[in-house]
Amino acid sequence: MFDIPILRFGQTYESMEKQPVVHFDTGEPVAQLHQATGAMVKLDLKKSQKARDALRAVPIAKLIDICKAAARMYLEETLPCGNGSLSPAEFCRLQSATTGLPENMCAANMRKNAFVLGHMDEVLDALTRGLPYEILEKGYGKESRGVMVSYQATTPVFGMVLPNNSPGVHTLWLPAIPMQIGLCIKPGSQEFWTPYRITEAFFKAGLPREAISVYPGGHDVGGAVMTDCQRAMIFGGQTTVDQHAGNPKISVHGPGFSKVILGDDVVDRWEDYLDLMVDSVFANSGRSCINASGIWASRHTREIADAISQRLGPVVPLPPNDPKSSLAAFTTPGAAEAMNAQIDEGCQADGVTEMTAKYRNGPRLEKRERCDYLRPTVVHCTGPDVPLANTEYMFPFVSVVECPQNKMIAQIKQTLVGTALTDDAKFKQQLLDATNIDRLNIGPVKTVQLNWLQPHEGNIVDFLFRNRAFQDTPPAAH
Amino acid sequence: MSQLAELAAKAKAQLDAHTYENVQWHFHESTGSPFWLEKATTYNFDPLKEVKCFDDLKKFPHFEDDWLRGGPISRWIPKGLAGKPAYVFETGGTTGIPKSRMVIEDHWIDYENFSDTLPDEYFPRGANWLMLGPSGPRRLRLAVEHLAQYRGGISFCVDLDPRWVVKLLKKGKIKEAEDYKEHVIDQAVTILSANHNIQCAFMTPKLLEALAMRLLDDGTSIAESGIKGIFAGGTEFTPQWYRTCREELLGPDVYITPTYGNTLMGLACGKPFDPADNYKITYYAPQPRAVIETVEFKDYNQVVGYGQTGRVKLYTMTKELFIPGFMERDEGEREKPHEKYPWDGISGTRPFHEYAKTTTVGVY
Repeated sequence: MFDIPILRFGQTYESMEKQPVVHFDTGEPVAQLHQATGAMVKLDLKKSQKARDALRAVPIAKLIDICKAAARMYLEETLPCGNGSLSPAEFCRLQSATTGLPENMCAANMRKNAFVLGHMDEVLDALTRGLPYEILEKGYGKESRGVMVSYQATTPVFGMVLPNNSPGVHTLWLPAIPMQIGLCIKPGSQEFWTPYRITEAFFKAGLPREAISVYPGGHDVGGAVMTDCQRAMIFGGQTTVDQHAGNPKISVHGPGFSKVILGDDVVDRWEDYLDLMVDSVFANSGRSCINASGIWASRHTREIADAISQRLGPVVPLPPNDPKSSLAAFTTPGAAEAMNAQIDEGCQADGVTEMTAKYRNGPRLEKRERCDYLRPTVVHCTGPDVPLANTEYMFPFVSVVECPQNKMIAQIKQTLVGTALTDDAKFKQQLLDATNIDRLNIGPVKTVQLNWLQPHEGNIVDFLFRNRAFQDTPPAAH
Repeated sequence: MSQLAELAAKAKAQLDAHTYENVQWHFHESTGSPFWLEKATTYNFDPLKEVKCFDDLKKFPHFEDDWLRGGPISRWIPKGLAGKPAYVFETGGTTGIPKSRMVIEDHWIDYENFSDTLPDEYFPRGANWLMLGPSGPRRLRLAVEHLAQYRGGISFCVDLDPRWVVKLLKKGKIKEAEDYKEHVIDQAVTILSANHNIQCAFMTPKLLEALAMRLLDDGTSIAESGIKGIFAGGTEFTPQWYRTCREELLGPDVYITPTYGNTLMGLACGKPFDPADNYKITYYAPQPRAVIETVEFKDYNQVVGYGQTGRVKLYTMTKELFIPGFMERDEGEREKPHEKYPWDGISGTRPFHEYAKTTTVGVY
């Protein structure tokens, strides 16, 4: 069994409190995770400048090389993990064992994280819009066009309260390290594997150990990270989003409510986009905020819903090590049952029809001794105002909503990824102007097909650095 | 028989005698309270004749804390104490009617007894105190003040309304709760900066942590503020937090001792710090005035084995209050007697697992 200590800016720390972590299906103990306290985090953060100082001693170009080396090690090598070590295959097996995510998806998420790490030069170039590294290192400098610019770090360390649902979220914080910002991580209680493995890969590749802290623990740890880091990201439900809305110190990541929108000009050819719609809903077991939870069109919605149902309805849970396994387990007792009850209640309303039931050959909720599964569910909604028209659940669930095109942009409300299938110039411009859509795809791009050279829910560079005025000579007379 | 066994046997005999004496007091027509005299008429046994030792208290049905809600408060005053000036202290009360306890002198006696356990080296007699905990209708404020006075000092207090904090937390207003905590810490820092010779303190763990952090931010520390001894309690006090406190937050010059208690019981002391305990915190009730048992989750009359986990069952037997077995909202592990406290203790106290999910912890 893995014994995984706290990491306090490079120093391992054995806690007196350890949380057992068990296999989601068998209950077999897999690891014990040492638990930090809020006080510990707050005390360490008083010395967080040391993390940034250690990183600033390494040029950004060298840090990018470290990222690239770490990417390879993370993906291919056996790396330390607490009191043991893990090969990539063992890593996927254990990550699956504690999160309920099938092993093939764990491997896919590994590749995703490794891709971002391995292409860090391109990612930084894109996110900084080509800013010379020297300007980030020094805090100011002249761009090639002769303009003085200054980027001031807003924090010595980037705090984060990470989720359990999908290991792909770790792509979001990786660019902090090459920008010489330290990390203060509270990992998920089940998906602590990735932060620890990436950290070990970083260390093996030569990153200063003082740069990273990993604090597993309870709510007080999360609270300390959020209050005492000058910049922090948190993942949570709508309540978490509402709680931190408008706080410039916090980047909050909640439900995505991502959608596929079919314009009136293409909707009669909806069958051409069936694969795109199915994959947007179904990839990664529908666990991500970038999975489509809504498909909106002005007509053919019932046929679209039926066609997706024919594809997803028969999908059944398979063992997590089966390469064809495509459904993740719910490991939190009662969670799947509660969602199932909400969906059943929503389906009682006028205008809502569950389309998957006839293709499923069984109930939506499959209860096991220690976990539950929810099988894919497609509902048809006759309009945007009926229940379930704009909902998101952490499994392959989608509402196919009938809505006139001219009402669509307002009615879809907040949307993390919006894939719009249209060639209508006027509609495209309206979509480009819509501030309720974060990531906009116009064209046949699955909602889950992220380009890592693009910002996600805000640009991390703008979050961790302040573009401010700097002068070392007087301006020209004017 | 070992010395500890002898001490334990003596303590047990004292507890049996104390139990008999208290039952006689609370159920005698001339001295008992209206509440217990009326209650006795509903029992199928006569407490005056059939309760002769501590184990006989199991004949009583469990004490229900709802009996403490609402009035008249005077029904709790034993006839034998009628006419004495009385206080009322409350617990809970964020919503609905709080539980009330009538007190005459118990809070003084409890804290005088507790005073005898404090090392003078770290709690110097004559030094002044800081009381950084809940104020208002709670007993702590007056009890700590009496403790300070009993030891020849004066207690400086702050305003702290935990019910307001609970309301903020339940509404998800974390920022407002943090602001309120800062307001409380502001008051404490101001007092400490005012040259009042404060060397001793009561603090809840969360406020101690917040004060220590503030002082560190200000370039100073609890030790440099002049505080030498702290007794802490009121919210969960874990071994890891204890260790962080001793090793990192306070340093070697500040003594900290955990306590466990409430308005009904008084104050259970922590076993003196011993590195061999590896920061395990063990509490001992102030016997014979109060007793803690660790009992089976499915049979509250059955004590668990040593080292086993059970729910906290509380008994209080003073001239002012009689509680023959009240199920606390905590659980923990039963611990063996200690030479300083030769009766059962409890360690690892934490919210009772069946209530833990609905309890708002960390109020102050």
